[in-house]
Amino acid sequence: METIIAVLPYLMQGLKVTLYIFFFSIIFGFLIGLVTALMRLTHIKPLNWISKAFVDVIRGTPFIVQLFFIYFGLNSLEFISLDRTVAGILTVAVNAGAYFSEIIRAGIQSIDKGQMEAARSLGLTQSQTMRSIVLPQAFRRMLPTITNQSIISFKDTSLLSIIGIADIVQRGKIQASATFMHFEIWLTVGIIYFVIIYLLSLLSSFIERRFVLR
Amino acid sequence: MTMIQVRNLKKSFGELEVLKDINVEIQEREVVCVIGPSGSGKSTFLRCLNRLEDITDGHVVINGQDITDSKQDINKIRENVGMVFQQFNLFPHMTVLQNVMLAPMKLGKGDKSSIEKKALELLAKVGLSDKAKVYPGELSGGQKQRVAIARALAMDPKIMLFDEPTSALDPEVVGDVLAVMKQLALEGMTMIVVTHEMGFAREVGDRVIFMDGGFIVEENVPEELFGNPKEVRTQAFLSKVL
Repeated sequence: METIIAVLPYLMQGLKVTLYIFFFSIIFGFLIGLVTALMRLTHIKPLNWISKAFVDVIRGTPFIVQLFFIYFGLNSLEFISLDRTVAGILTVAVNAGAYFSEIIRAGIQSIDKGQMEAARSLGLTQSQTMRSIVLPQAFRRMLPTITNQSIISFKDTSLLSIIGIADIVQRGKIQASATFMHFEIWLTVGIIYFVIIYLLSLLSSFIERRFVLR
Repeated sequence: MTMIQVRNLKKSFGELEVLKDINVEIQEREVVCVIGPSGSGKSTFLRCLNRLEDITDGHVVINGQDITDSKQDINKIRENVGMVFQQFNLFPHMTVLQNVMLAPMKLGKGDKSSIEKKALELLAKVGLSDKAKVYPGELSGGQKQRVAIARALAMDPKIMLFDEPTSALDPEVVGDVLAVMKQLALEGMTMIVVTHEMGFAREVGDRVIFMDGGFIVEENVPEELFGNPKEVRTQAFLSKVL
Protein backbone atom coordinates (compact mmCIF):
# COMPACT_ATOMS: atom_id res chain seq x y z
CA MET A 1 0.00 0.00 0.00
CA GLU A 2 2.73 2.40 0.97
CA THR A 3 4.62 1.59 -2.19
CA ILE A 4 1.57 2.40 -4.28
CA ILE A 5 1.23 5.76 -2.58
CA ALA A 6 4.91 6.32 -3.27
CA VAL A 7 4.55 5.63 -7.01
CA LEU A 8 1.21 7.43 -7.38
CA PRO A 9 2.68 10.89 -8.06
CA TYR A 10 4.87 9.30 -10.72
CA LEU A 11 1.83 7.65 -12.35
CA MET A 12 -0.15 10.89 -12.12
CA GLN A 13 2.59 12.62 -14.11
CA GLY A 14 1.73 10.05 -16.77
CA LEU A 15 -1.92 10.94 -16.51
CA LYS A 16 -1.01 14.51 -17.41
CA VAL A 17 0.71 13.25 -20.56
CA THR A 18 -2.27 11.04 -21.41
CA LEU A 19 -4.75 13.89 -20.96
CA TYR A 20 -2.58 16.30 -22.91
CA ILE A 21 -2.35 13.91 -25.86
CA PHE A 22 -6.03 13.04 -25.63
CA PHE A 23 -7.08 16.71 -25.59
CA PHE A 24 -5.20 17.64 -28.75
CA SER A 25 -5.99 14.37 -30.54
CA ILE A 26 -9.71 14.81 -29.99
CA ILE A 27 -9.72 18.41 -31.18
CA PHE A 28 -7.71 17.62 -34.31
CA GLY A 29 -9.60 14.37 -34.79
CA PHE A 30 -12.89 16.18 -34.65
CA LEU A 31 -11.73 18.76 -37.20
CA ILE A 32 -10.48 15.99 -39.49
CA GLY A 33 -13.84 14.24 -39.08
CA LEU A 34 -15.85 17.39 -39.80
CA VAL A 35 -13.85 18.31 -42.89
CA THR A 36 -13.88 14.79 -44.34
CA ALA A 37 -17.60 14.40 -43.57
CA LEU A 38 -18.36 17.62 -45.46
CA MET A 39 -16.09 16.47 -48.29
CA ARG A 40 -18.09 13.26 -48.45
CA LEU A 41 -21.37 15.19 -48.68
CA THR A 42 -20.45 17.63 -51.45
CA HIS A 43 -21.28 17.01 -55.07
CA ILE A 44 -17.61 17.22 -56.03
CA LYS A 45 -16.72 13.64 -56.90
CA PRO A 46 -12.93 13.71 -56.26
CA LEU A 47 -13.55 15.05 -52.74
CA ASN A 48 -16.04 12.22 -52.12
CA TRP A 49 -13.44 9.69 -53.23
CA ILE A 50 -10.63 11.12 -51.11
CA SER A 51 -12.84 11.17 -48.05
CA LYS A 52 -14.14 7.66 -48.58
CA ALA A 53 -10.63 6.30 -49.24
CA PHE A 54 -9.36 7.94 -46.06
CA VAL A 55 -12.11 6.41 -43.93
CA ASP A 56 -11.72 2.99 -45.56
CA VAL A 57 -7.96 2.90 -45.09
CA ILE A 58 -8.08 3.94 -41.43
CA ARG A 59 -10.95 1.60 -40.60
CA GLY A 60 -9.28 -1.21 -42.50
CA THR A 61 -5.95 -1.13 -40.65
CA PRO A 62 -5.07 -1.68 -36.97
CA PHE A 63 -4.26 1.28 -34.79
CA ILE A 64 -0.86 -0.09 -33.97
CA VAL A 65 0.08 -0.34 -37.66
CA GLN A 66 -1.03 3.27 -38.17
CA LEU A 67 1.13 4.28 -35.21
CA PHE A 68 4.20 2.45 -36.49
CA PHE A 69 3.65 3.76 -40.01
CA ILE A 70 3.50 7.36 -38.80
CA TYR A 71 6.25 7.17 -36.16
CA PHE A 72 8.71 4.76 -37.74
CA GLY A 73 7.60 4.82 -41.38
CA LEU A 74 7.22 8.53 -41.96
CA ASN A 75 10.22 9.32 -39.78
CA SER A 76 12.40 7.12 -41.96
CA LEU A 77 11.78 9.55 -44.82
CA GLU A 78 14.53 12.13 -45.07
CA PHE A 79 12.38 15.23 -45.08
CA ILE A 80 10.14 14.27 -42.17
CA SER A 81 10.98 14.36 -38.51
CA LEU A 82 8.22 13.86 -35.95
CA ASP A 83 8.85 13.61 -32.25
CA ARG A 84 6.95 10.92 -30.39
CA THR A 85 4.34 13.22 -28.91
CA VAL A 86 3.51 14.74 -32.29
CA ALA A 87 3.42 11.31 -33.91
CA GLY A 88 1.22 10.04 -31.09
CA ILE A 89 -1.24 12.91 -31.30
CA LEU A 90 -1.29 12.64 -35.08
CA THR A 91 -2.05 8.92 -35.00
CA VAL A 92 -4.86 9.18 -32.47
CA ALA A 93 -6.26 12.25 -34.31
CA VAL A 94 -6.23 10.59 -37.71
CA ASN A 95 -7.68 7.38 -36.33
CA ALA A 96 -10.44 9.12 -34.40
CA GLY A 97 -10.98 11.44 -37.38
CA ALA A 98 -12.02 8.58 -39.62
CA TYR A 99 -14.60 7.36 -37.11
CA PHE A 100 -15.80 10.90 -36.34
CA SER A 101 -16.17 11.41 -40.07
CA GLU A 102 -18.71 8.60 -40.32
CA ILE A 103 -20.51 9.75 -37.18
CA ILE A 104 -20.77 13.34 -38.44
CA ARG A 105 -21.82 12.26 -41.93
CA ALA A 106 -24.58 10.06 -40.55
CA GLY A 107 -25.64 12.82 -38.16
CA ILE A 108 -25.93 15.39 -40.94
CA GLN A 109 -27.80 12.97 -43.18
CA SER A 110 -30.24 12.18 -40.38
CA ILE A 111 -31.55 15.77 -40.40
CA ASP A 112 -34.74 15.95 -42.45
CA LYS A 113 -34.16 17.59 -45.81
CA GLY A 114 -37.15 19.82 -45.16
CA GLN A 115 -34.93 21.73 -42.72
CA MET A 116 -32.49 22.54 -45.48
CA GLU A 117 -35.32 23.43 -47.86
CA ALA A 118 -37.05 25.71 -45.38
CA ALA A 119 -33.86 27.65 -44.69
CA ARG A 120 -32.91 27.85 -48.37
CA SER A 121 -36.42 29.02 -49.29
CA LEU A 122 -35.90 31.98 -46.93
CA GLY A 123 -32.81 33.02 -48.88
CA LEU A 124 -30.10 31.57 -46.64
CA THR A 125 -27.06 30.22 -48.44
CA GLN A 126 -25.97 26.60 -48.28
CA SER A 127 -23.25 27.35 -45.72
CA GLN A 128 -25.45 29.60 -43.57
CA THR A 129 -28.00 26.79 -43.49
CA MET A 130 -25.35 24.26 -42.53
CA ARG A 131 -24.04 26.41 -39.71
CA SER A 132 -27.33 27.65 -38.23
CA ILE A 133 -29.75 24.85 -38.96
CA VAL A 134 -28.24 21.50 -39.87
CA LEU A 135 -25.06 21.23 -37.79
CA PRO A 136 -26.53 22.38 -34.46
CA GLN A 137 -29.29 19.79 -34.74
CA ALA A 138 -26.96 17.11 -36.04
CA PHE A 139 -24.45 17.60 -33.20
CA ARG A 140 -27.07 17.09 -30.56
CA ARG A 141 -28.07 13.86 -32.19
CA MET A 142 -24.43 12.75 -32.56
CA LEU A 143 -23.36 13.50 -29.02
CA PRO A 144 -23.74 9.97 -27.56
CA THR A 145 -21.78 8.40 -30.44
CA ILE A 146 -19.15 11.14 -30.26
CA THR A 147 -18.69 10.44 -26.56
CA ASN A 148 -18.39 6.76 -27.27
CA GLN A 149 -15.69 7.29 -29.89
CA SER A 150 -13.86 9.74 -27.60
CA ILE A 151 -13.73 7.10 -24.89
CA ILE A 152 -12.34 4.56 -27.36
CA SER A 153 -9.71 7.08 -28.46
CA PHE A 154 -8.87 7.85 -24.85
CA LYS A 155 -8.15 4.18 -24.29
CA ASP A 156 -6.20 4.00 -27.56
CA THR A 157 -3.71 6.54 -26.20
CA SER A 158 -2.47 3.76 -23.91
CA LEU A 159 -0.93 2.10 -26.99
CA LEU A 160 1.35 5.10 -27.43
CA SER A 161 3.49 3.75 -24.61
CA ILE A 162 4.90 1.39 -27.24
CA ILE A 163 6.76 4.24 -28.95
CA GLY A 164 8.07 5.41 -25.59
CA ILE A 165 5.61 8.13 -24.67
CA ALA A 166 5.70 8.50 -20.89
CA ASP A 167 1.96 8.09 -20.33
CA ILE A 168 0.31 6.23 -17.46
CA VAL A 169 0.82 2.82 -19.01
CA GLN A 170 4.48 3.44 -19.81
CA ARG A 171 5.10 4.62 -16.26
CA GLY A 172 3.15 1.66 -14.94
CA LYS A 173 5.40 -0.68 -16.92
CA ILE A 174 8.52 0.99 -15.56
CA GLN A 175 7.30 0.84 -11.98
CA ALA A 176 5.97 -2.68 -12.26
CA SER A 177 9.27 -4.04 -13.48
CA ALA A 178 11.16 -2.08 -10.85
CA THR A 179 8.99 -3.11 -7.89
CA PHE A 180 7.40 -6.37 -9.11
CA MET A 181 4.10 -5.11 -7.70
CA HIS A 182 2.25 -6.02 -10.89
CA PHE A 183 -1.09 -6.58 -9.22
CA GLU A 184 -1.21 -3.29 -7.32
CA ILE A 185 0.20 -1.13 -10.08
CA TRP A 186 -2.00 -2.40 -12.89
CA LEU A 187 -5.03 -2.23 -10.62
CA THR A 188 -4.17 1.40 -9.88
CA VAL A 189 -3.63 2.22 -13.55
CA GLY A 190 -6.98 0.61 -14.34
CA ILE A 191 -8.74 2.62 -11.67
CA ILE A 192 -7.24 5.86 -12.98
CA TYR A 193 -8.53 5.11 -16.51
CA PHE A 194 -11.91 4.10 -15.17
CA VAL A 195 -12.33 7.29 -13.13
CA ILE A 196 -11.39 9.55 -16.06
CA ILE A 197 -13.72 7.73 -18.45
CA TYR A 198 -16.52 7.80 -15.91
CA LEU A 199 -16.08 11.55 -15.57
CA LEU A 200 -16.13 11.90 -19.36
CA SER A 201 -19.44 10.09 -19.63
CA LEU A 202 -20.90 12.17 -16.79
CA LEU A 203 -19.85 15.31 -18.66
CA SER A 204 -21.44 14.00 -21.82
CA SER A 205 -24.78 13.20 -20.21
CA PHE A 206 -24.72 16.63 -18.58
CA ILE A 207 -24.25 18.27 -21.99
CA GLU A 208 -26.94 16.04 -23.48
CA ARG A 209 -29.42 17.13 -20.82
CA ARG A 210 -28.55 20.78 -21.37
CA PHE A 211 -29.23 20.50 -25.09
CA VAL A 212 -32.14 18.10 -25.30
CA LEU A 213 -33.49 17.99 -28.80
CA ARG A 214 -36.88 19.60 -28.74
CA MET B 1 -48.06 43.66 -63.57
CA THR B 2 -46.82 40.13 -64.23
CA MET B 3 -45.25 38.65 -61.12
CA ILE B 4 -44.50 35.16 -62.34
CA GLN B 5 -44.08 33.99 -65.88
CA VAL B 6 -43.55 30.33 -66.61
CA ARG B 7 -42.63 29.36 -70.16
CA ASN B 8 -42.26 25.81 -71.46
CA LEU B 9 -41.27 24.54 -68.03
CA LYS B 10 -40.16 20.92 -68.02
CA LYS B 11 -38.94 18.88 -65.12
CA SER B 12 -37.68 15.31 -65.10
CA PHE B 13 -36.45 13.10 -62.31
CA GLY B 14 -34.14 10.82 -64.25
CA GLU B 15 -36.29 9.11 -66.86
CA LEU B 16 -39.52 10.24 -65.30
CA GLU B 17 -40.91 13.43 -66.79
CA VAL B 18 -43.01 15.07 -64.08
CA LEU B 19 -43.71 18.42 -65.72
CA LYS B 20 -44.31 18.46 -69.46
CA ASP B 21 -44.43 21.95 -70.87
CA ILE B 22 -46.07 24.22 -68.32
CA ASN B 23 -47.01 27.74 -69.39
CA VAL B 24 -48.66 30.20 -67.06
CA GLU B 25 -48.59 33.84 -66.04
CA ILE B 26 -49.50 35.10 -62.61
CA GLN B 27 -50.23 38.74 -61.91
CA GLU B 28 -49.37 40.82 -58.89
CA ARG B 29 -51.95 40.41 -56.06
CA GLU B 30 -53.42 37.37 -57.72
CA VAL B 31 -54.30 34.27 -55.68
CA VAL B 32 -53.91 31.12 -57.75
CA CYS B 33 -54.91 27.75 -56.39
CA VAL B 34 -53.44 24.63 -57.96
CA ILE B 35 -55.48 21.45 -57.65
CA GLY B 36 -55.13 17.98 -59.09
CA PRO B 37 -54.67 14.33 -58.21
CA SER B 38 -51.51 13.22 -56.40
CA GLY B 39 -48.66 12.67 -58.80
CA SER B 40 -50.01 15.31 -61.15
CA GLY B 41 -46.87 17.43 -60.67
CA LYS B 42 -48.48 20.29 -58.77
CA SER B 43 -46.02 20.29 -55.87
CA THR B 44 -43.08 19.93 -58.23
CA PHE B 45 -44.42 22.87 -60.23
CA LEU B 46 -44.56 24.99 -57.07
CA ARG B 47 -41.05 23.94 -56.03
CA CYS B 48 -39.70 24.98 -59.42
CA LEU B 49 -40.89 28.53 -58.77
CA ASN B 50 -38.15 29.10 -56.19
CA ARG B 51 -35.84 26.51 -57.68
CA LEU B 52 -36.01 24.11 -54.78
CA GLU B 53 -36.15 21.71 -57.70
CA ASP B 54 -33.63 22.15 -60.48
CA ILE B 55 -35.42 23.13 -63.64
CA THR B 56 -34.80 20.72 -66.51
CA ASP B 57 -35.91 23.01 -69.33
CA GLY B 58 -37.82 26.22 -69.96
CA HIS B 59 -37.97 29.52 -68.14
CA VAL B 60 -39.36 30.81 -64.87
CA VAL B 61 -39.33 34.59 -64.56
CA ILE B 62 -40.01 35.96 -61.09
CA ASN B 63 -40.59 39.68 -60.82
CA GLY B 64 -38.60 40.25 -64.02
CA GLN B 65 -35.70 37.96 -63.11
CA ASP B 66 -35.19 34.68 -64.92
CA ILE B 67 -34.34 32.18 -62.18
CA THR B 68 -33.18 29.60 -64.73
CA ASP B 69 -30.35 31.98 -65.62
CA SER B 70 -27.33 30.71 -63.70
CA LYS B 71 -25.99 34.27 -63.42
CA GLN B 72 -28.91 35.26 -61.19
CA ASP B 73 -28.32 34.97 -57.45
CA ILE B 74 -31.05 32.53 -56.49
CA ASN B 75 -30.68 33.38 -52.80
CA LYS B 76 -31.57 37.02 -53.50
CA ILE B 77 -34.62 35.98 -55.51
CA ARG B 78 -35.74 33.57 -52.79
CA GLU B 79 -35.79 36.44 -50.29
CA ASN B 80 -38.81 37.70 -52.22
CA VAL B 81 -40.54 34.34 -52.48
CA GLY B 82 -41.81 32.93 -49.19
CA MET B 83 -42.68 29.26 -48.94
CA VAL B 84 -44.88 27.28 -46.58
CA PHE B 85 -44.50 23.50 -46.49
CA GLN B 86 -46.90 20.68 -45.80
CA GLN B 87 -44.66 19.45 -42.95
CA PHE B 88 -44.05 22.97 -41.55
CA ASN B 89 -40.28 22.45 -41.34
CA LEU B 90 -39.86 24.71 -38.34
CA PHE B 91 -36.39 24.70 -36.80
CA PRO B 92 -36.83 22.56 -33.67
CA HIS B 93 -33.74 23.86 -31.88
CA MET B 94 -34.95 27.46 -31.91
CA THR B 95 -37.83 29.18 -30.19
CA VAL B 96 -40.78 30.39 -32.22
CA LEU B 97 -39.43 33.94 -32.11
CA GLN B 98 -35.96 32.78 -33.19
CA ASN B 99 -37.53 30.87 -36.06
CA VAL B 100 -39.20 34.01 -37.32
CA MET B 101 -36.15 36.22 -36.76
CA LEU B 102 -33.53 33.89 -38.23
CA ALA B 103 -33.59 34.85 -41.91
CA PRO B 104 -33.81 38.65 -41.49
CA MET B 105 -31.01 38.48 -38.92
CA LYS B 106 -28.73 36.29 -41.03
CA LEU B 107 -29.39 38.29 -44.16
CA GLY B 108 -28.88 41.67 -42.54
CA LYS B 109 -32.39 43.07 -42.86
CA GLY B 110 -32.01 45.60 -40.05
CA ASP B 111 -30.93 45.73 -36.43
CA LYS B 112 -31.99 43.16 -33.86
CA SER B 113 -34.59 45.30 -32.09
CA SER B 114 -36.45 46.27 -35.24
CA ILE B 115 -36.40 42.68 -36.52
CA GLU B 116 -37.69 41.45 -33.16
CA LYS B 117 -40.45 44.04 -33.15
CA LYS B 118 -41.51 43.01 -36.63
CA ALA B 119 -41.37 39.31 -35.69
CA LEU B 120 -43.63 39.91 -32.71
CA GLU B 121 -46.06 41.82 -34.91
CA LEU B 122 -46.16 38.91 -37.33
CA LEU B 123 -46.76 36.45 -34.50
CA ALA B 124 -49.62 38.66 -33.33
CA LYS B 125 -50.97 38.66 -36.84
CA VAL B 126 -51.10 34.86 -36.94
CA GLY B 127 -52.55 34.82 -33.42
CA LEU B 128 -49.56 33.41 -31.57
CA SER B 129 -48.14 36.30 -29.54
CA ASP B 130 -48.14 34.17 -26.42
CA LYS B 131 -46.00 31.45 -28.05
CA ALA B 132 -42.94 33.57 -28.90
CA LYS B 133 -40.70 31.95 -26.29
CA VAL B 134 -41.73 28.32 -26.69
CA TYR B 135 -40.11 25.70 -28.89
CA PRO B 136 -41.93 24.27 -31.91
CA GLY B 137 -42.19 20.87 -30.27
CA GLU B 138 -44.70 22.29 -27.81
CA LEU B 139 -47.07 23.57 -30.51
CA SER B 140 -49.97 21.89 -32.25
CA GLY B 141 -49.85 21.38 -36.01
CA GLY B 142 -52.06 24.36 -36.72
CA GLN B 143 -49.92 26.58 -34.53
CA LYS B 144 -46.75 25.31 -36.21
CA GLN B 145 -48.09 26.13 -39.62
CA ARG B 146 -49.05 29.63 -38.55
CA VAL B 147 -45.53 30.14 -37.20
CA ALA B 148 -44.20 28.91 -40.53
CA ILE B 149 -46.32 31.53 -42.29
CA ALA B 150 -45.00 34.25 -39.97
CA ARG B 151 -41.46 33.03 -40.60
CA ALA B 152 -41.91 33.31 -44.35
CA LEU B 153 -43.50 36.76 -44.03
CA ALA B 154 -40.56 38.03 -41.96
CA MET B 155 -38.57 38.47 -45.17
CA ASP B 156 -41.29 40.73 -46.65
CA PRO B 157 -41.78 38.50 -49.66
CA LYS B 158 -43.64 39.69 -52.73
CA ILE B 159 -44.90 36.20 -53.45
CA MET B 160 -45.99 33.39 -51.14
CA LEU B 161 -45.95 29.74 -52.18
CA PHE B 162 -48.04 27.27 -50.18
CA ASP B 163 -47.39 23.57 -50.68
CA GLU B 164 -50.44 21.73 -49.33
CA PRO B 165 -50.32 23.81 -46.14
CA THR B 166 -53.25 22.09 -44.44
CA SER B 167 -52.78 18.49 -45.58
CA ALA B 168 -50.88 17.43 -42.45
CA LEU B 169 -53.29 19.12 -40.03
CA ASP B 170 -56.06 17.80 -37.85
CA PRO B 171 -59.40 18.82 -39.35
CA GLU B 172 -60.35 21.10 -36.45
CA VAL B 173 -57.33 23.40 -36.92
CA VAL B 174 -57.40 23.64 -40.70
CA GLY B 175 -59.71 26.64 -40.42
CA ASP B 176 -57.20 28.64 -38.31
CA VAL B 177 -54.54 28.30 -40.98
CA LEU B 178 -56.89 29.01 -43.85
CA ALA B 179 -58.11 32.14 -42.03
CA VAL B 180 -54.56 33.48 -41.86
CA MET B 181 -54.06 32.72 -45.55
CA LYS B 182 -57.32 34.40 -46.46
CA GLN B 183 -56.29 37.49 -44.51
CA LEU B 184 -53.02 37.56 -46.47
CA ALA B 185 -54.90 37.28 -49.73
CA LEU B 186 -57.17 40.19 -48.75
CA GLU B 187 -54.09 42.30 -48.02
CA GLY B 188 -53.01 41.78 -51.61
CA MET B 189 -50.28 39.16 -51.34
CA THR B 190 -49.52 37.30 -54.56
CA MET B 191 -50.13 33.68 -53.65
CA ILE B 192 -49.85 30.30 -55.29
CA VAL B 193 -51.52 27.63 -53.22
CA VAL B 194 -51.28 23.92 -53.95
CA THR B 195 -54.24 22.57 -52.04
CA HIS B 196 -56.91 19.96 -51.57
CA GLU B 197 -59.16 22.51 -49.86
CA MET B 198 -61.69 23.05 -52.63
CA GLY B 199 -63.70 25.38 -50.41
CA PHE B 200 -60.71 27.64 -49.97
CA ALA B 201 -59.89 27.56 -53.69
CA ARG B 202 -63.45 28.49 -54.54
CA GLU B 203 -63.76 31.24 -51.97
CA VAL B 204 -60.30 32.87 -51.95
CA GLY B 205 -58.80 31.94 -55.30
CA ASP B 206 -58.87 34.42 -58.17
CA ARG B 207 -58.04 31.60 -60.47
CA VAL B 208 -57.84 27.83 -60.19
CA ILE B 209 -55.42 25.67 -62.14
CA PHE B 210 -56.18 22.00 -62.58
CA MET B 211 -53.10 19.87 -63.24
CA ASP B 212 -52.92 16.26 -64.30
CA GLY B 213 -50.13 14.11 -65.73
CA GLY B 214 -47.60 16.96 -65.76
CA PHE B 215 -49.78 19.35 -67.73
CA ILE B 216 -52.07 22.21 -66.89
CA VAL B 217 -55.32 20.68 -68.10
CA GLU B 218 -57.61 23.58 -67.40
CA GLU B 219 -57.52 26.96 -65.71
CA ASN B 220 -60.29 29.36 -64.99
CA VAL B 221 -61.96 31.52 -62.37
CA PRO B 222 -63.22 29.28 -59.55
CA GLU B 223 -66.93 29.62 -60.36
CA GLU B 224 -66.32 28.40 -63.91
CA LEU B 225 -63.79 25.70 -63.13
CA PHE B 226 -65.84 24.21 -60.32
CA GLY B 227 -69.26 25.00 -61.76
CA ASN B 228 -68.70 24.33 -65.40
CA PRO B 229 -65.50 22.34 -66.03
CA LYS B 230 -64.73 21.97 -69.74
CA GLU B 231 -62.28 19.09 -69.78
CA VAL B 232 -63.21 15.48 -69.16
CA ARG B 233 -60.30 14.96 -66.77
CA THR B 234 -61.31 18.00 -64.72
CA GLN B 235 -64.86 16.72 -64.54
CA ALA B 236 -63.67 13.29 -63.46
CA PHE B 237 -61.42 14.72 -60.75
CA LEU B 238 -64.02 17.11 -59.41
CA SER B 239 -66.67 14.43 -59.30
CA LYS B 240 -64.39 12.48 -56.95
CA VAL B 241 -63.44 15.29 -54.59
CA LEU B 242 -66.55 17.47 -54.40
